[in-house]
Amino acid sequence: MQERLIERAKELLSDGTVVRVLGWKQGDLGYNPEPAYFNSPEELKDFVYDGFCGANLSKYMIAAGKMEGNTLVFLKPCDTYSFNQLIKEHRVNREKTYIIGVGCKGTLDIDKIKNAGIKGIESISQDGDTLKIQTIYGEKEFPFNDALLERCTVCKGKTHQVYDELIGAEEGEEAGPAGNRFEMVEKLEAMTPEERFAFWQNELSKCIRCNACRNVCPACSCLKCVFDSNKFDSAQKANVDTFEEQMFHVIRAFHVAGRCTDCGECSRVCPQGIPLHLLNRKFIKDINEFYGPYQAGEDTDSRAPLTDYTFEDVEPGIVTERGGKH
Amino acid sequence: MYQIKKDRLPELFAAMAGTQDLFLPIRKADQTNYGLWTEEVQVDLDTLKTVKSGKDCFFPQSETLYSCKKEDGKLSIDPAKLTDEPFVVFGMRACDVQGLKVLDNVFLNDPVDSFYAARREHGTVVAIACHEPEETCFCKVFGIDAANPAADVAAWFVGEELYWKALTEKGEALTESVKALFTEADESAVEEEKKQIQAIIEKLPFSHLDLSRFTPERTMELFDSPLWEEMFKPCLACGTCTFVCPTCQCYDIKDFDTGSGVQRYRCWDSCMYSDFTMMAHGNMRTSQMQRFRQRFMHKLVYYPANNDGMFSCVGCGRCVSKCPASLNIVKVIKKLGGEA
Repeated sequence: MQERLIERAKELLSDGTVVRVLGWKQGDLGYNPEPAYFNSPEELKDFVYDGFCGANLSKYMIAAGKMEGNTLVFLKPCDTYSFNQLIKEHRVNREKTYIIGVGCKGTLDIDKIKNAGIKGIESISQDGDTLKIQTIYGEKEFPFNDALLERCTVCKGKTHQVYDELIGAEEGEEAGPAGNRFEMVEKLEAMTPEERFAFWQNELSKCIRCNACRNVCPACSCLKCVFDSNKFDSAQKANVDTFEEQMFHVIRAFHVAGRCTDCGECSRVCPQGIPLHLLNRKFIKDINEFYGPYQAGEDTDSRAPLTDYTFEDVEPGIVTERGGKH
Repeated sequence: MYQIKKDRLPELFAAMAGTQDLFLPIRKADQTNYGLWTEEVQVDLDTLKTVKSGKDCFFPQSETLYSCKKEDGKLSIDPAKLTDEPFVVFGMRACDVQGLKVLDNVFLNDPVDSFYAARREHGTVVAIACHEPEETCFCKVFGIDAANPAADVAAWFVGEELYWKALTEKGEALTESVKALFTEADESAVEEEKKQIQAIIEKLPFSHLDLSRFTPERTMELFDSPLWEEMFKPCLACGTCTFVCPTCQCYDIKDFDTGSGVQRYRCWDSCMYSDFTMMAHGNMRTSQMQRFRQRFMHKLVYYPANNDGMFSCVGCGRCVSKCPASLNIVKVIKKLGGEA
């Protein structure tokens, strides 16, 4: 498929449809391609599309949309939810974007492979359901499905929500492993408040406030984040006390509630492996229960549950009504 | 040289912790970071690289400098107490030890940073040779020998044994205090281990990066390179690389309103952040390209120019494995150094 993507990108650059391509560039290890712009057909020799192209390119389109000329961007099915949501929020320029929806077999988490004790990785190739990993310490194997990013184990589906053309995405293709994405949220809900607090304390105390989760998040597109402003006490670069430690992520989750498409980038990039997506999923689950099923990024013009009002809306007392289960 | 069976390490830790604080890699919520040893913690010496380096033990991410309190209309100022008790950091790697030397040049030279100096004075570092170096490692490029960590005590894991060798006076003193647990060892097993480590290091993909172009004379040429404009583009402007780095030393000083007073504290800052160079007159770095360039120019050009050629990268590779956009100093060295 990579070759087909490169060929098509070359055509679109050559015929002037676009002046640049936003995709992924071959890294210098077997698993570290980086998001990259390609400005000429020659540069596309470094283009790569494989399981390690997990990076969601939608947010880069905010910047690309402000550049001169049109941009071709490659979006995986779940990335298109983010792009759609950014259209809804008037953050990207659809007219200046040419979207090729690319098929996706699931994206991989190198940390899962490394955590299994596989080190000294030289190259990784796929052989059916197995990853063949060449290392300095000999050849290893790892099941493809065990290496999937968490988000891909609960895949939203293989359908692109917005595109100009599709490559490698077959109509009606089955979604990946369809786990219950609310399983862990349900477990957390079933805990006592003390247990739940201990769970989050344990996780969030690892936070180093690098802001990677915020900066990668397509829903976090404020020009100036309140946490970056030195005019407020909220501008902290360290977890000065436990309040700060707990509040940063909770405030962020509130801010993206109803707009988060559950793309999972926050958890993918966290250097400390904090399952940040669980905060967002709790909101998504509650929104689904209170207002009916809703998927942010499925469309570009509907009114979203949290920005709309109907007489049927739940009353604030709903938390108490359902027995204090929150 | 001494040796102790691996399964007796808990005794060694308890012995060291009996007289002083002991910091070592601890597994918590699926990640390994340095923390204070107690009997309850899960010590993890199998993970080659902790997420954050052991830098925190000497230069914590956040520390209070002094507190101001107002009581009965009277203002009192309480300076934070400097470390005055000995402590041990166990499990650092050769690269992280070199990272401390990079910090020493900054914090121990005039004007001396008294907080850091007090910790350096009282801390004893036990470093472990890297049994199985990883593909992200490139310490060799900076003249560091992962088989011979230059700490107060160097240690090696070979089979079921930990070998232990004091290299400094502080190391001798620590050894003396726990000597009852050790038996005398001969060096042959360790010599064999060292050879194996060095042989692996030779084969690592980044072990032979070319740094010859990063010289003070080329400062302006490198600064003005058009390649920065291309390289910075995927950068998310987060602080991951900075905060996992054993040599990044920049900090910010801020006030925390406690309600009845103020805690003045300092915390790590990142040159990747938009307010990093914010001053009264404004900010002289206005674009992410400039911020990105600063980080690498500092590591590879400015710092060595001011410190007899010592680079302020130690090749630990944490940024290589942690950057959310898969950017890293290796890619920059290759690109600017003419290799890619």
